[in-house]
Amino acid sequence: MNSEERHIFSVLVENRFGVLARVAGLFSGRGFNIDSLNVAETHDKGISHITLVTHGDAQIIDQIYQHLNRLIDVIEVTDLSTGTHVERELVLIKVAIDDPQKRTEVLQVAEVFRGRVIDMKPASLVLEITGDEGKLKAAIDIFNTYGILELSRTGKVAMLRGSEK
Amino acid sequence: MELSGAQILIEGLKREGVEYIFGVNGGAAMPIFDALYSEPDIKLIPMRHEQGASHAADGYARVTGDVGVALATSGPGATNLVTGIATAYMDSIPMVAITGQVFTHYIGSDAFQECDVIGVTRPICKHSYLIKSNNEIADVVAEAFHIAKTGKPGPVIIDIAKDAQIHETLFQYPESVDIRGYKPQIHGDPAQIAKAAELIKEAKRPMLYAGGGVVLANASEELRKLTFNTQIPITVTLMGLGAFPETHPLAMEMPGMHGSCCANYAFTDADLVVAIGARFDDRVTGDLSKFAPNAKKIHIDIDASCIGKNVPVDVPIVGDAKSVLTELNKLVGPTDIDPWRAQIQEWKQKYPFEYEQKGDKVMPQYVIEQIYKHYSDAIVVADVGQHQMWAAQYFKFTEPRQWLNSGGLGTMGFSLPAAIGAQLGCPDKTVVNINGDGSYIMTIQELVPAVTMKLPLKVFIINNMYLGMVRQWQELFHGKRYSAVDYHDNPDFALLAEAFGATGLRVEHPEDVEPALQKAKGINEGPVVIDFIVDEEENVFPMVPAGAGLGDVIRGLS
Repeated sequence: MNSEERHIFSVLVENRFGVLARVAGLFSGRGFNIDSLNVAETHDKGISHITLVTHGDAQIIDQIYQHLNRLIDVIEVTDLSTGTHVERELVLIKVAIDDPQKRTEVLQVAEVFRGRVIDMKPASLVLEITGDEGKLKAAIDIFNTYGILELSRTGKVAMLRGSEK
Repeated sequence: MELSGAQILIEGLKREGVEYIFGVNGGAAMPIFDALYSEPDIKLIPMRHEQGASHAADGYARVTGDVGVALATSGPGATNLVTGIATAYMDSIPMVAITGQVFTHYIGSDAFQECDVIGVTRPICKHSYLIKSNNEIADVVAEAFHIAKTGKPGPVIIDIAKDAQIHETLFQYPESVDIRGYKPQIHGDPAQIAKAAELIKEAKRPMLYAGGGVVLANASEELRKLTFNTQIPITVTLMGLGAFPETHPLAMEMPGMHGSCCANYAFTDADLVVAIGARFDDRVTGDLSKFAPNAKKIHIDIDASCIGKNVPVDVPIVGDAKSVLTELNKLVGPTDIDPWRAQIQEWKQKYPFEYEQKGDKVMPQYVIEQIYKHYSDAIVVADVGQHQMWAAQYFKFTEPRQWLNSGGLGTMGFSLPAAIGAQLGCPDKTVVNINGDGSYIMTIQELVPAVTMKLPLKVFIINNMYLGMVRQWQELFHGKRYSAVDYHDNPDFALLAEAFGATGLRVEHPEDVEPALQKAKGINEGPVVIDFIVDEEENVFPMVPAGAGLGDVIRGLS
């Protein structure tokens, strides 16, 4: 068996109902897993951008690429893992605060990760942190030690870097 | 002039050259059927079950190469079409299936006869559309036909809400279709084609392996040219039969599970396999680790996702078979492979398809041989099972679109309605339906429209009173535990045919086979059904057991 690799696909699709189901369906129907998925309209209202993270051996990744391309509503597919790209993800973390001392500590840690406080209540606060996978993992591990009440991630968004010329 | 959505749909179908629509009426499609009632240019063929409608549209498409059209109402009408849609999808048949949908304000409310047909059909169609406004209809029809028939063909579903069928708007049909995400690659990469030509020149034991894609691409002539010019032996799959004449000395006949020993041994020994519009299906390859182990592979296919899916390929060529073969033919000539051709001839002589006559039983293979003898020019529509394999083995097809069967999905019940579509598509040809006793009864109700239209179908049932192929597997692999395959309680199909208003004949003795076939030739005022009562426990050989390599084929006769 070939070794499994993580791949990020950038997929431009027609902005219509049903398109996401077609994309998701080609994964579920073949038993391929989607690790993360992000969909939103682009600057062109007619086009949505899907960033999709998946994994598999070379043959599976090739099948995913080919089958995405085969969908009529898919305009363009790029396997970002084959070129240099930038990627970001945003996470919202609600941390439990049971005493003022802890609040100060959490705020200090948040600063290390360049997190922003977007809500503060007597017993909790919500932080927004952006970064790549490694950074978010480190942040989540640390805040876990304080007690995470709730966590929500966007999934990755990614694109190829601009050309050198 | 303003037209109703239903009228716009019909106008669109006319622009696309639709001759026939196969359908079953029902609530949410009534405006469309109403528009067809007074439409002189399109003939509406009422079928008795929606599955029959989709198979008939499929059969029409297979013989003509044009898009077949099926029409049904929402909910159960649509779900009944599903088997026919999946059948067409697996064999890449151009089809447009139109379904009525409940009023837009009811969609999602579990309304009467509501079903999310787009959701149900998503994995079994090339594309689908839900139309909620009559303004979309004209554009969608044009797009749907374009998608169904170009690239790798396939079924497209148009689901139209009832209010969109009723409301009136201006009819404007698009001049052309441009879908930014859909640009099929027709021409193969010249560098890859040149590489393929080099491999063909160098090979000592090359073989051609052609499939249904050659038929779909109308590339039979180019395939013959390639074979004749290079004198390379060729095997044609179940889906491609007729693309190359099986009567030619270079023809190794069908490969795979019930294919010829010659073709299977050739795969095992070849040093080059040139696949053209074939997809290395598991029924062809057997155990992949033992498949053509010494061969380099060239794979020509219009669907990039098909290449390298099952078998690693040395030279992939994405493109239309007709275009690629035309280019390839410019680069190749006679090959110097006499020892290999001699080997092929030896296998052919040594291991032909053969069977043993058991006493005074009617042997199913004998019936097929006689059908071939009397109807060699006919279009043959087979169902699925043992009779399908015997027909593929013993009928020697010589023309593309002469042989129709559900090779991919293996849909029992396909053939009778598909034969109706085939007969309407080719009114001047004789259409022979070779059926099984199990498959025939699955869509027997479609004898009604065949009788009504007086179609001169020749329905030949190879009746062994069993679900024969399953029984064969039970005999070989399940210790003869014949679970749920005993069909001795079948009705008398000859009498039943008479009840339907067709001619029914029953044949129980070998000497009656030919006279019955002769008699059927003279009956052209409607279908004739001959129930051939054949040996019950005859098996299909050769056979490559599931999971075995092609070299381990069981030849059957000792």
